[in-house]
Amino acid sequence: MTITPAIKRDYIANLAKDGKRADGRKFEDFRNIEIETGIISKAEGSAKVKIGNTLVIAGIKMDVGEPYPDSPDSGVMSTAAELIPMASPDFEAGPPREDAIELARVVDRGIRESEIIEVDKLCIEPGEKVWIIFIDIHILDYDGNLFDAASLASLAALMTAKVPAKRFELGEDYPLPLKEPPISCTSVKFNGVTIMDPSLDEEEIAEARLTVATDEKGDLRAMQKGLNGSFSVDEVKKIIKVSIDTGKKIREQLYKSVGK
Amino acid sequence: MKTDIKLLENGKRLDGRKYDELRPIKIEAGVLHRAEGSCYLEWGGNKVLAAVYGPREAVPRHTQNPLRAIVNARYNMAAFSVDDRKRPGPDRRSREISKVISEALENVIILENFPRASIDVNIEVIDAEAGTRCAGLTAAAVALVDAGIPMRDIPVSCAAGKIDGQVVIDLGKNEDNYGQADLPVAISPRTGEILLMQMDGHLTMDEFNQALDLAIKGCHIISDLQKKAIMEKYQKITEVK
Repeated sequence: MTITPAIKRDYIANLAKDGKRADGRKFEDFRNIEIETGIISKAEGSAKVKIGNTLVIAGIKMDVGEPYPDSPDSGVMSTAAELIPMASPDFEAGPPREDAIELARVVDRGIRESEIIEVDKLCIEPGEKVWIIFIDIHILDYDGNLFDAASLASLAALMTAKVPAKRFELGEDYPLPLKEPPISCTSVKFNGVTIMDPSLDEEEIAEARLTVATDEKGDLRAMQKGLNGSFSVDEVKKIIKVSIDTGKKIREQLYKSVGK
Repeated sequence: MKTDIKLLENGKRLDGRKYDELRPIKIEAGVLHRAEGSCYLEWGGNKVLAAVYGPREAVPRHTQNPLRAIVNARYNMAAFSVDDRKRPGPDRRSREISKVISEALENVIILENFPRASIDVNIEVIDAEAGTRCAGLTAAAVALVDAGIPMRDIPVSCAAGKIDGQVVIDLGKNEDNYGQADLPVAISPRTGEILLMQMDGHLTMDEFNQALDLAIKGCHIISDLQKKAIMEKYQKITEVK
């Protein structure tokens, strides 16, 4: 664990008292987002997302496999995240720790529960063969807010993915059938203020975190509260509102960058 | 998961409950001998045991925090607790639940009193029927009180969700499987602060507000049951003497 010097903590907290952040952003501002797709030729779909200095890549691989018994004509998806040692001095090699598991599961929920992937169109032979989608997320540079970077990278990768039908002798490749993407926005709270898209320094002094995934209509699709601090009901509602507004802007950028 | 199962009929739910009616809940404090504090909780078809050990020296030592205690909640589902046998041991789901429960409990425990210590909270789900994380956290809170761990409040958890377009409290098994949204929440009932919140599915802003209100309402009802269970335990001890 990195020990944030008390000075830095005071500095960030004092700035927040005056409504400021260390990098000059307003409380509800995101850092600059860059999305690049199609970066890995072997993958069915891939994307690199930068939020400030945080850098994440996501790759989609697909395979043909057996469906789950309770949904014999639906495709299957699975999400994994790796916090590889290159991204931070605090990340260790080896099996995923609980942070990586929470990250993967929150991204997974955002995608799964919003039903962006039309799994019913991914059946090859009911009960026998369906498409299996693996979303793998690699964190390359960690400067805060992995939840949003990872989910945005996964979405961009999915939206540019091609079902590799040819490789499995199932006809021509075709784009992965998708609906509108839900956009995840993360806020953290410290010293009574809530800020959007925390940097690493802000994350290190954060008391509570809330990730909200919203869809095009401004409806809620997934949420996750983290850390041992708490939120009041009003704070939660305020964060949701900002997340809906910010989500709209990010969605536009995402559409643009995947050419839709 | 689309399905034709009807979850609402004539304004009633499959198990006959009203929209804002909880499943029956039974809480008993101090049920295990070795643990410093324990609790047995039945919530509808859920049966959950929670046991607390500590504060004791945190191991491995690198997990120690020189300024405060850490809370180590371990949520575990028994292999026989679900329809299809669950492979024993921690999986990704249970590790995530353990993490969010640990964080929620850390919020209310006075951790500064026990530097370098860990407070270990074991939650065993022996029979599962939707809402096990709420049941687990609620039981863990009672076990912590039973263990005499100093706390600012007794946290409590309850979920709300949406079935057939209707916002309801405390989803049952079919409602969870075939419903449209689930919103588990844990609060500190004294302050109303939210300690745990997760959501999946689809809720409009209005539905979210309704669901959050319902879940918090449920939390306060269950909070009274927790306190009653603790009082009952001490009443029994007094009677024996």
